[in-house]
Amino acid sequence: MSTIEDARAPGEGARRRPPEPLVPEGERRVSANVCQAAGCLSMQSDLVLGALRDRVEAAGLSDVAVRRVGCLGLCAAGPLVEVPELGRLFDHVQPDDGAALDSLVTTLSGGEPGGQAMAKEPFFSHQVKVVLERCGQVDPERVEDYLDAGGYEALTKTVTTMSPEEVIAEVVRSGLRGRGGAGYPTGLKWTTVAKATSHDGKFVVCNADEGDPGAFMDRSVLESCPQQVLEGMAIAGYAVGAQHGYVYVRAEYPLAVKRLNSAIRQAERSGFLGKQIAGTDFEFHVEVRIGAGAFVCGEETALLASIQGGRGTPRPRPPYPAASGLWGRPTLINNVETYANVPPVVMRGGEWYGSIGTGKSKGTKVFALAGAVVNTGLIEVPMGLSLRQIVFDIGGGLVGGKKFKAVQTGGPSGGCLPEELLDMPIDYESLAQAGSHMGSGGMIVMDESTCMVDVAKYFMDFCREESCGKCLPCRAGTVQMYGLLDKITRGRGTRHDLDTLQSLAEMVRTTSLCGLGQGAPNPVFSTLRYFRDEYLAHIDDHTCPAGACRLDGGER
Amino acid sequence: MSDEVRTLVIDGRDVAGASGQSILSVAEESGVFIPALCHLAGLSEVGSCRLCMVEVEGTARLVASCVTAVEEGMKVTTTSERLLAYRRRAIELLFMERNHVCSVCVADNHCELQELAKTLGVTHFELPPLHPACDVDATHERFVLDHNRCILCARCVRVCDEIEGAHTWDIRGRGTGARLISDLGKPWGESTTCTSCGKCVQVCPTGALYEKGRSVAEGKRHRPYVPFLVATNALGTGRQL
Amino acid sequence: MTAEHKARVATTWLDGCSGCHMSLLDMDERLLEVAERVELVYGCLVDAKEFPEDVDVTLVEGAVSSEEDLRKIREVRARTRVLVSLGDCAVTANVPGMRNPFGPGPVLERAYLENVTLNAQIPHGAVPALLAESLPVHAYVPVDVFVPGCPPSADLIFSVIMDLVEGRLPQVQGTARFG
Ligand SMILES: Cc1cc2nc3c(=O)[nH]c(=O)nc-3n(C[C@H](O)[C@H](O)[C@H](O)COP(=O)(O)O)c2cc1C
Ligand code: SF4
Ligand code: SF4
Repeated sequence: MSTIEDARAPGEGARRRPPEPLVPEGERRVSANVCQAAGCLSMQSDLVLGALRDRVEAAGLSDVAVRRVGCLGLCAAGPLVEVPELGRLFDHVQPDDGAALDSLVTTLSGGEPGGQAMAKEPFFSHQVKVVLERCGQVDPERVEDYLDAGGYEALTKTVTTMSPEEVIAEVVRSGLRGRGGAGYPTGLKWTTVAKATSHDGKFVVCNADEGDPGAFMDRSVLESCPQQVLEGMAIAGYAVGAQHGYVYVRAEYPLAVKRLNSAIRQAERSGFLGKQIAGTDFEFHVEVRIGAGAFVCGEETALLASIQGGRGTPRPRPPYPAASGLWGRPTLINNVETYANVPPVVMRGGEWYGSIGTGKSKGTKVFALAGAVVNTGLIEVPMGLSLRQIVFDIGGGLVGGKKFKAVQTGGPSGGCLPEELLDMPIDYESLAQAGSHMGSGGMIVMDESTCMVDVAKYFMDFCREESCGKCLPCRAGTVQMYGLLDKITRGRGTRHDLDTLQSLAEMVRTTSLCGLGQGAPNPVFSTLRYFRDEYLAHIDDHTCPAGACRLDGGER
Repeated sequence: MSDEVRTLVIDGRDVAGASGQSILSVAEESGVFIPALCHLAGLSEVGSCRLCMVEVEGTARLVASCVTAVEEGMKVTTTSERLLAYRRRAIELLFMERNHVCSVCVADNHCELQELAKTLGVTHFELPPLHPACDVDATHERFVLDHNRCILCARCVRVCDEIEGAHTWDIRGRGTGARLISDLGKPWGESTTCTSCGKCVQVCPTGALYEKGRSVAEGKRHRPYVPFLVATNALGTGRQL
Repeated sequence: MTAEHKARVATTWLDGCSGCHMSLLDMDERLLEVAERVELVYGCLVDAKEFPEDVDVTLVEGAVSSEEDLRKIREVRARTRVLVSLGDCAVTANVPGMRNPFGPGPVLERAYLENVTLNAQIPHGAVPALLAESLPVHAYVPVDVFVPGCPPSADLIFSVIMDLVEGRLPQVQGTARFG
């Protein structure tokens, strides 16, 4: 058993860990990695883990390790069990399906290989794993697994061999941009915070509020490899001169909170958080703060207010958090995925990272692929891949062979992109030009049975519910826009209503205080831009071309 | 805050302010009218009503003049077709959000919202009224809170916290469901923090807070006393203005 | 000026208190001036049973609250060139609209059942049925000129009428006020 002392010695000590529960590492021949992230857990993968352990034990397979791992990606096909040594993936493994479990055990014991061969599975083609590299490989609740996979090498390298300026230079070189939505250059933000002077400290904050409907990228990362995020934060702390960090997680993610807390404790015990990190004078402490699940608390100033115990409402910027954040001190705030990108950037260099992706959009992006595609789940792709490759290659096309209609990116402030744009590369600039944006990585595919006016209404409903109510245009404007959209979907709208909707949307976008209100009209703009005829069909012909809306028509 | 002079142009007029001073405050001092409802000289700024947004040359976005500091050489436009259209729309959104019936309102003829509607030339509304069910809290022995007329400007919240030091008021809920609350949700009459000073009533721009016994159109305010209070408050505490 | 050259003007009264009509009469001696330019063809100030065809200007007081209001305003709109919403009730639904947060049911109950001691019953048949909501005129028909105020002042009404008979679009913005 390693002690705190030898764990603190950089290099050697940190590598030691307690023995594997079932089989000592060296003797292990194959492992069965059972996904224990939220998606598979909701399909009872915890029972699968138990049942498989029992069977492996009963079969006396002493060279098989049955392991708890994080998200394996293909969430729609869960519960998932991977046998990496054989390159096999077993899908839909039910805890009470004896035959399936038996065939898995047969595979593990060296018999006829079952499951799907992973390389052939189109879901995994085109994917490049940087953020998710260790997700599904390591046990999220064992820092030893993370260390085995090269974890905390980047932090050790940072604090023992690099100056803060060098770290920032590397991040700048990588071209990494914020993954929380706006795509602000991460290196620039770090530089600003590093340059800010403060007599009583600075803070590093990780935004894990993830409130976009359908998005679960950050959740998966936290549930699958929380250490990588903590490592990124500690590197950031070193770079900007902060000793304290907060991770702000929404209360709806109890498993992520649990794993984060255990990861923090284990990292402290192993000497990678707390005082004298990796034997140096650098100290960095992380605390978890739990949000009450308000979407607006993902907005940085609202989030900071919430951490301070105040009401989670945004405030006008400037001052930006980088100048005046938590308790008025310079504060670096980045998204979960942004931090998770940092250790690979430091380890392999900014140049390597910048070699992935396109012109101004470097590296990879994690998306939560959802909606009417065959393979829904968590994917990580290089920037610049086309929508078509994502929808049809990775996503496996549309369910039931239906016709593609649109893909929605960017969450409630994003937009709907039509078929004509399927060959567009996914990067910050292209998406913005097309009237959508990257957002945090939600990607919802829609088929011909989806009404685009109804989609706009759905997102407006979300925004009016989530508006914090502080500023007038968003508070009342979203409700009125929802009313107009509702009227149109009922077949009661007029051309005049459409004009009013447009001018109101313009006003709300231009005058709202924060990104929620400024972005709320976006689904309206993008659907009007590409699917105006659907609006007109509801208004002029009292029909819903997709057959999704129930029109009660008639005059008022 | 250092007091360096900043010179700028507002609506073609050369004006001067101190560094750190807001565009709105400089405009006020120079006699340029910029509409605003959440702003009140003497209270901190929240930038929430968005009526005071102005155009600044060189920026595509509009800025809220109450929370934007003047800069040397800035060129500000306070009125344009677009700004007027947005402001009219904002007034409309406010009227439609709660139940404003000026003709039977205690603030009739003394109301900043009503007056602004007139000044901005709002003659009717295109959007439908939301008609929320709103309570009236008449439990306080001297004052009444009528949610039907509240525009959530939070002047009361600020005056009570920043000047009276009682922090009786706050806002609960979100979106159009946001409501002014006293003492974490207790009826006003049961508040243990309220000192009954009446400052909130004086700063309310509409008929949401008023003195008991006043009838329609009798809710006149004694407004100029707020900056005066701020001044004396600052003297008493030695706090810099 | 002969009758042929006079503008054919009507007034009508939906759900309102008649205050706007009173304010109209408050024009006092200027009524004579108006009378020289205007032929009043319909309204509660003249004795005409049917709303006539071919009306130049109609001033509407009151909100649309009942089925009868709705029938009336549709007829008025069809027969009028310039429709003027006169006063807050016509423009915003004002006091009649105060029942909207509750709906007509509870309002009728309060008025005809709870507060009545003798022969309490909700009337039906004899009086027109209330619509679910009391709404401004332009919620149902297009309106050309809005004149807010509760009531609009006699000066304002005078200038609006004179502007219209002289073929100008009345400028009420900046002068007219709600309440
Ligand atoms: C309404 C709203 C919600 C937001 N929600 C999130 C969120 O859930 N997660 C997140 O990382 N950023 C969110 N953001 C963006 C943050 O304000 C901020 O830009 C981000 O955390 C910065 O990190 P980055 O530079 O790494 O992207 C949101 C912004 C707005 C306006
Ligand atoms: S835009 Fe919406 S969420 Fe943002 S401050 Fe205004 S009301 Fe709150
Ligand atoms: S508060 Fe002002 S705008 Fe609202 S009803 Fe009263 S007078 Fe009219």
